[in-house]
Amino acid sequence: MSREFTPALKERIEGVLAHYPNKHAGLLPVLRLVQSEKGFVSAEDERIVAALLGLRPIKVREVVTFYTLFARKPLGQFHIQVCSNLSCSLASGEKILEHLKARLGIRIGQTTPDGKYTLTEVECLGACEQAPCMMVNFDYYGNLDPEKIDRILEGLK
Amino acid sequence: MNEKVLTQNFGLDHLFRIEVYLEQGGYRAAKKALTEWKPEQVLEEVKKASLRGRGGAGFSAGLKWGFVPKKTDKPKYLCVNADEGEPGTFKDRYILSHDPHLLIEGIVIASYAVGIHDAYVYIRGEYEVIALRLEQAIAEAYGQGYLGKNILGSGFDLDLYVHRGAGAYICGEETALLESLEGKRGNPRLKPPFPASVGLFQNPTVINNVETLANVPFIILNGAAWFLAKGQPNDGGTRIFGVSGAVNKPGIYELPVGTSLREIIFTHAGGLKPGRKLKAVIPGGMSSPILKAEEIDIKMDVDSVAAAGSMMGSAAIIVIDDRTPILEVLKKVAKFYAHESCGQCTPCRLGTNWIFKIVKRMAEGKGEQGDVDSLLRLAANIKGRTLCPMGDAAAMPVFSIAKKFKEELEASLKGKT
Repeated sequence: MSREFTPALKERIEGVLAHYPNKHAGLLPVLRLVQSEKGFVSAEDERIVAALLGLRPIKVREVVTFYTLFARKPLGQFHIQVCSNLSCSLASGEKILEHLKARLGIRIGQTTPDGKYTLTEVECLGACEQAPCMMVNFDYYGNLDPEKIDRILEGLK
Repeated sequence: MNEKVLTQNFGLDHLFRIEVYLEQGGYRAAKKALTEWKPEQVLEEVKKASLRGRGGAGFSAGLKWGFVPKKTDKPKYLCVNADEGEPGTFKDRYILSHDPHLLIEGIVIASYAVGIHDAYVYIRGEYEVIALRLEQAIAEAYGQGYLGKNILGSGFDLDLYVHRGAGAYICGEETALLESLEGKRGNPRLKPPFPASVGLFQNPTVINNVETLANVPFIILNGAAWFLAKGQPNDGGTRIFGVSGAVNKPGIYELPVGTSLREIIFTHAGGLKPGRKLKAVIPGGMSSPILKAEEIDIKMDVDSVAAAGSMMGSAAIIVIDDRTPILEVLKKVAKFYAHESCGQCTPCRLGTNWIFKIVKRMAEGKGEQGDVDSLLRLAANIKGRTLCPMGDAAAMPVFSIAKKFKEELEASLKGKT
């Protein structure tokens, strides 16, 4: 399947680039646009972005691999990111990860065979008052316990 | 005296909409500054207010603005640091989501004071929902003439744009933030030159934290003397303390700068759960040196916390009770910095990973005699030997935990004597 960018995506990219004095500066937001449209950033996407922004492909690769929010392979429909930093672990955050691993039948970093869920362990999400917390795609969920997680998973469509 | 300033309207429905913000007197400070005051007057007032940076370093905002050259042919930039990532910190999330116009108003005034016409908010990528809300607020502000050309008829122009990060703690460090905004890996730059002279796109740049800027409208409206009276003589205003960990009521508490740490934990955050005792407190985000239970009778202002051997940082207070083994805390600290080191400087890249390796084996019951001393030595060898403060940020908590809880840590070692 070709991953050529659609005219609509190209237009959105142009819109983003207009806010910067040079194209290189638009690299992070452009990669985010690509990922939101295509689900992840493939090697081919990297080359297309490099060409659009007038960069050497390595400049794109080193950014994609530096930042944790860029995915280089497909993610599940629901990307579950669980904080395992200090405030969350003080609130039994590790139990949350264990529960999700058992419930989804996958290890950290894996995607369920049906492509529905990806489980990731992350550092502080900035919601420590609601510890333990997690993100599903870009939605935050806090004050978690196993029962609450079950309800959240059932509510995901 | 515990009147709230920054968070006073947070209970209002739809405060993030410009109509509601205007009903509360919003943008009056911007109007006053831009139409009645000269930029130098604004700068002077903020200097007099002793507004110290709320992001971590605690540097005077007025001085920082003053370092930007007045006469230059180059464009000047303002970068708002909304890359809130210091573990334990969540206060800026509240400002951004509840009262984005307060931030925008602070940005307008700061930009006017320094002669800046282009500003970016660098927001951490995880805050996507909040970034969308901020973009909506910015669109409203453009629509009503608080951003864009000739703001409020003053002849002052300002463009503001939201730039999303993509997941990297290091980008909260100001020069890494600049690199990231330029579309690169977040590798910090060597200083000097400082961003005030050579910053974004090699141009003079101010970088301020969200909460720092949110204070500016109140300083303009009420004056520096009022702001100083709220806090300490060399550290004005209030702080939004974020309390998490083993307290009954985790959350944000806006209190005068200089409020005692004990009072914040035991009065405002509701103290610890029944039957549990305080063991330790991290007073200013994970990178601040740990305090033992008997060390919390201190005033929470930049200088007092420094005098107590720790750091006010982002005023993010993490409370640890007596049921938590200190080794567990140390493991989280060590894991975090090993993960987040950008890899540019050898002492940080290798040191953080060696520390994590040792702590991990200690946690698995395989710790060896001398491990705690190794931690102390490694941490001491990172501190002060890196380009950016991340090296210190990684070393300080490890060093302080290993030093203050040496006995407990050594009790977990193999073949203990």
